[in-house]
Amino acid sequence: MLSILLDEPGKRVLMMGNEAIARGAIEAGMKFCAAYPGSPSSEIIGTLARPDVAENFGHHAEWSTNEVVALEAAAGASFGGLRALCAMKQNGINVASDFLMSVVMSGCKGGLVLVVADDPGAHCSNNEMDSRAYARLLDAPLLEPATIEESKEMTRWAFELSEELEMPCMIRSVTRISHARGDLSLGPINRLQRTPRFEAYDRFLSLGTVTHSVLHGKLEKARDIFEKSQFNQYVGPSGAELVIITCGTGWLFSREALRTLGLEDKVGILKLATTWPLPNRFIVDHLKGVKQVLFVEEIDPFMEQNVKSLLADYIGSELEVIKFFGKGSGHVRSRFGPALGEIDPDIVIRAVAEIKGVDYQAQTPEYAERASTLLSEYTASRDLAFCAGCPHRASYWVMKNALALDGRGGFVLGDIGCYGMGAGRSGYFINRTLHCMGSGAGVACGLGNLAKFEFDQPVVAVMGDSTFFHAALPALINARYNGAKFTSVVLDNSATAMTGFQPHPGIGLNAMGNPATQVLIEDVCKGLGFHVEIRDPFKVDEAVEALHDLMQREESSVLILRHTCGLVESRKKKKDRISVNAEKCLGDECGCARFCTRVFGCPALIWNEKEKHASVDEVVCTGCGVCAYLCPQSAIEVEKAEELQR
Amino acid sequence: MKQNGDCLNVIITGVGGQGNILASHILATAAIAEGFHVTIGETYGQSQRGGSVMSHVRLSKGESLGALIPRGKAHVIVGLEPMETLRVAADYANPGTKTIVNPRPNYPLMVLYGAQEYPPVETLLARLGEMVEVVKVVEGTELAKGIGEAMASNVVMVGALAGSGWTPIPTDTFISVLKEVIPQKILALNQRALKLGIESIRK
Repeated sequence: MLSILLDEPGKRVLMMGNEAIARGAIEAGMKFCAAYPGSPSSEIIGTLARPDVAENFGHHAEWSTNEVVALEAAAGASFGGLRALCAMKQNGINVASDFLMSVVMSGCKGGLVLVVADDPGAHCSNNEMDSRAYARLLDAPLLEPATIEESKEMTRWAFELSEELEMPCMIRSVTRISHARGDLSLGPINRLQRTPRFEAYDRFLSLGTVTHSVLHGKLEKARDIFEKSQFNQYVGPSGAELVIITCGTGWLFSREALRTLGLEDKVGILKLATTWPLPNRFIVDHLKGVKQVLFVEEIDPFMEQNVKSLLADYIGSELEVIKFFGKGSGHVRSRFGPALGEIDPDIVIRAVAEIKGVDYQAQTPEYAERASTLLSEYTASRDLAFCAGCPHRASYWVMKNALALDGRGGFVLGDIGCYGMGAGRSGYFINRTLHCMGSGAGVACGLGNLAKFEFDQPVVAVMGDSTFFHAALPALINARYNGAKFTSVVLDNSATAMTGFQPHPGIGLNAMGNPATQVLIEDVCKGLGFHVEIRDPFKVDEAVEALHDLMQREESSVLILRHTCGLVESRKKKKDRISVNAEKCLGDECGCARFCTRVFGCPALIWNEKEKHASVDEVVCTGCGVCAYLCPQSAIEVEKAEELQR
Repeated sequence: MKQNGDCLNVIITGVGGQGNILASHILATAAIAEGFHVTIGETYGQSQRGGSVMSHVRLSKGESLGALIPRGKAHVIVGLEPMETLRVAADYANPGTKTIVNPRPNYPLMVLYGAQEYPPVETLLARLGEMVEVVKVVEGTELAKGIGEAMASNVVMVGALAGSGWTPIPTDTFISVLKEVIPQKILALNQRALKLGIESIRK
């Protein structure tokens, strides 16, 4: 049985950080959760939306069309009196920020918790924004769990805190919490039974300076609560000369650094779990007599700057002169530099070793040199690429060819999602812009409206199917209204693929997998007055012709390239067997310049060096067959799954 | 359980799509059943798209550890792909590290494009052997294909780890926790895969 379902307090189970956050919400009696999927946050609502989980605990779970709608929906449930959770990745808080800025002022009723999962090192993002700056901007209480177990405990606590303060509470996770796994102890489940009601006296209004002043009062109350929080703690000797102040993942990395260097009885660690507002007194009291402070945290020196600013009021009175180390001093730096990339135990070990003048080498110099030679001489880089069987590869091939056929210097405006890789080799370097969801169509509203300046290059804007609903709609309406001319290409793989194949309004299923009203992309576009064409990108010639024709039109138009994500499809059905007929493949004699392996670039198409012909890696291949369609010698053959079973 | 205090650091490495996460999940579940604290640091997201993937699995008594292993501190590396094993060893191995490697290459796109080379597997394994204490080759993909599902190579490799005697977890615990991790529908296949791995490393 899935461990999140267990009602066995005290049992130790393995959970992913995001599952632990979900479990914390369940233990708090949360009854409404909403999100737009985004790595590394997706599994929070993904777990809560599992049919068995949602049914067992009786909450509502939804994939909303975007983050601001998700937050507004969760706030609505809170206004009705229920405990509500909203989760998003760091990009999402930008989308949600307008509402967020006023809901902190209006306040809320049922506990309202916003989890933002940041992505230091940009493992699964196009930026590494530190969302904590919002907490300060918003005047919102901010919690930063340091372990998987704390993610659960602090999420549970955040609901109580939100109700006590009557305002939303923000939790900041990071990839190494959200996407890490660890063992934790299950707590009792709060079977909170509230009947939501919007009472006659309920008002949730953001009213300028008046509510701003109320907000400041709440923040001071939060500070008082944080002063006593058990999640903030000091570990180490009394009278330490050097104290590490840390939060989040920095806590266990700092512990490991001191253990590795044998400095546990010399250096102290002040762990902060409540990083806005800061527990001022708690911090000052633990720095009496301290001469050196090292700040360890992910991405920006957020805590570092806030604590320094606090201590400026105490140094020379309650505190001695302190020498500060961290991102500001350059001691905490990744291979990219300070405040860039993610931190790891080696970064903390090096920082402490440098400050204390201790010699530390992870590997002996000779060993490290040999290792570095091995890396440069024996390993090839693994660039990100569209998966084998990905319909986007075919779609990008279609766009590349349609643009070439058109010949007027047309180009593609992109945005984020799997097809962000269209900016790289896998998409033939076609995407010329990469910003945020929906920005391809938005930027096209400008470049597509420059005709009177004698701009004559065709403009193509790509968007994914989920992105279409998330952020592209206002730009498309704008194009109609303001007369921008461009061709929209909707890369419809019938899933929010990048983040784990979540459904969206175009699919006809809700988050729990139950039937839902289907909002068809073509119907919406036609309703907006666009000419719409739909093609299968694997039928390459038809799709190229359609796109080329649309580019010749006088008005903006929409091409939907529709084919289910190869990963989704491969889970549903047996795959066709694709193979290269070695007799027919002419290899380098063909004149195709090894089209399938070197040009088209599907990772399942490999080169048989011994026999000098193309070959199919049957482990990687998904059986999509588009290579068979494209091979000029028809040397690639398809055996249908149905025939294979006979 | 020696080196760097009371902990065992295992890295499972490969390429996105090879089932790295499931492999680390089986190891972690077995460790928890034996009373260890476990932390796994995984790479996700874009790694699904052919990128390098590694899971840091850390077993400890007393207290939990951070999700990343310090450089040079891996006790065991399980490689689902030979080049990735070498890549990880360069950063995380030391002369006492033990490795288990599936020798079947997964070619990076830059190699397929002809822009970079993939060295002969024998060379990769020989270089690896110069860096670490042991290299055990387990034909994970071939063994998995033999039972009709090449994708089960990850579980074969976990089986090899289970049978290696390099973890403080009894082999039987790996076998018994498999049902907690693998859906019933494909359990029998994966039990066979695990056993193949155990037998293979003991040969």
